[in-house]
Amino acid sequence: MARRWTNDLTHDDVTPEGLWLNRRHILAGLGAAGLAGLPAAGRAQPLEPNSWDDITSYNNFYEFGTGKDDPVRNAGAMDTSGWQVTVDGLVDNPGTYDLAELIGGLETEERLYRFRCVEAWSMVVPWNGFELADLLDRVGVQEGARYVAFETAVIPEVMPGVRRGVLDFPYVEGLRLDEAMHPLTIMATGIYGRDIPNQNGAPMRLVVPWKYGFKSIKSIVRISLVEDQPPTSWNKANAREYGFYSNVNPNVDHPRWSQATERRIGGGLFAQRQETLMFNGYPEVAGLYEGMDLTEFF
Amino acid sequence: MDRVNAALRRVPPGLIYMGATLWAGWMFWRGVAGRLGPEPVEVLEHAYGDLALKLLVLGLAVTPLRRFVGLNLMTFRRAIGVTTFFLVLAHLAVWAVLDVQSLDRVWADIVKRPYVTVGMAAFVLLLPLALTSNSWSVRRLGPAWRQLHKLVYPAAILAALHFLWLVKGFQLEPILWLVAILALLATRLRMKPRVAADSPAPAKDSIQSWG
Repeated sequence: MARRWTNDLTHDDVTPEGLWLNRRHILAGLGAAGLAGLPAAGRAQPLEPNSWDDITSYNNFYEFGTGKDDPVRNAGAMDTSGWQVTVDGLVDNPGTYDLAELIGGLETEERLYRFRCVEAWSMVVPWNGFELADLLDRVGVQEGARYVAFETAVIPEVMPGVRRGVLDFPYVEGLRLDEAMHPLTIMATGIYGRDIPNQNGAPMRLVVPWKYGFKSIKSIVRISLVEDQPPTSWNKANAREYGFYSNVNPNVDHPRWSQATERRIGGGLFAQRQETLMFNGYPEVAGLYEGMDLTEFF
Repeated sequence: MDRVNAALRRVPPGLIYMGATLWAGWMFWRGVAGRLGPEPVEVLEHAYGDLALKLLVLGLAVTPLRRFVGLNLMTFRRAIGVTTFFLVLAHLAVWAVLDVQSLDRVWADIVKRPYVTVGMAAFVLLLPLALTSNSWSVRRLGPAWRQLHKLVYPAAILAALHFLWLVKGFQLEPILWLVAILALLATRLRMKPRVAADSPAPAKDSIQSWG
């Protein structure tokens, strides 16, 4: 059952691609009129999605290279037809499924989320997807499972970053089960109502909007329900810099740079930095970490 | 090689200043015009820093190129050095003004972030070199000028560390630049004439090749 989480913004707030610029002008006009009568009042400020071009041409997907434009140039070679996902571990229905079979019939919806990269830049993305909880319910989480582990495809022939050994591939990520079951956590299969492009993690990727972007693992081929905290790629590469939780937190700096502010992509050369919000502006997840010292469990 | 050197003698070093200024200005204009992609600040910052590093390496290669290859770029060395500094300054300006955007945060980064600290140290080392890159300073400082300008050696190592320290994951490019710089510096170890401390000063020619 989807729609457990109520978005601040509705489908009407997701602008059809192409009308994006016009909408800016409309919003500017509304702003001048005092914002009265806006259908969906934003939390702190109205969220304006980044353009399709921003979202699909500025990516971190190290399997395809470390440059921000490497994924858009290289990921097209990945064949996502006939995609299979293995579900294993503490589940009632383990197995290797065709993606369509695994997720067919799950209710998809639009989610307009802030997306904050650990590198201190951010976007707003209109994802299409379903709640991860629905998928986990379908495969049947067994007693004793406390974490969910995810794995990205490794296809060296089309992945230059894999051949160069930028990280210890396959890329792996994980969530605590309660994080995975949270209604904000989704599996995305589309952006702007279109199929998600390869460089954004086709055909299915995780989106956890209150965590740094690298937690939202792309092009998933394995989902495992496990008892112990699973290893995660960036933590393996540099445990001092990247923790398991990696919640967006303006008060806990990355050892090499500040996390207090962020640069919103798409603002141009002279855009002002913005304050980074605790949990990336999703305070409803704070309860998941009650009693935890977030400087220790960063 | 003689013909190459003869052809190069006809190229005015001023072309390097002009080319670099035009390129830097063109890149900035592309940023203003929205032609540097979704994140123009990062592109501009990295473009200036990247070319600065490459020119720094080229400057360090001038002497070994002449000594081992016979290619004479001596007439361009000052232009290469000054242009390097100009691009470092542009890189620093983009970082401070367009990226970090506040003096408080600039200072915090210099103090707290090792890769920024190292980059700033390289800049500080290059500053006196840029200020004494005019003929008057060369004459006035005499032999001390040559000693002073050896600061480019540690500056180059710091610049490569600055790059290496800022990337995520295992990336080859900054490692290769550091290796190139260390290799170019190593050629200088072997070039020092082995003369006893009390022997007369070496001939003018060999002094020049220390560069």
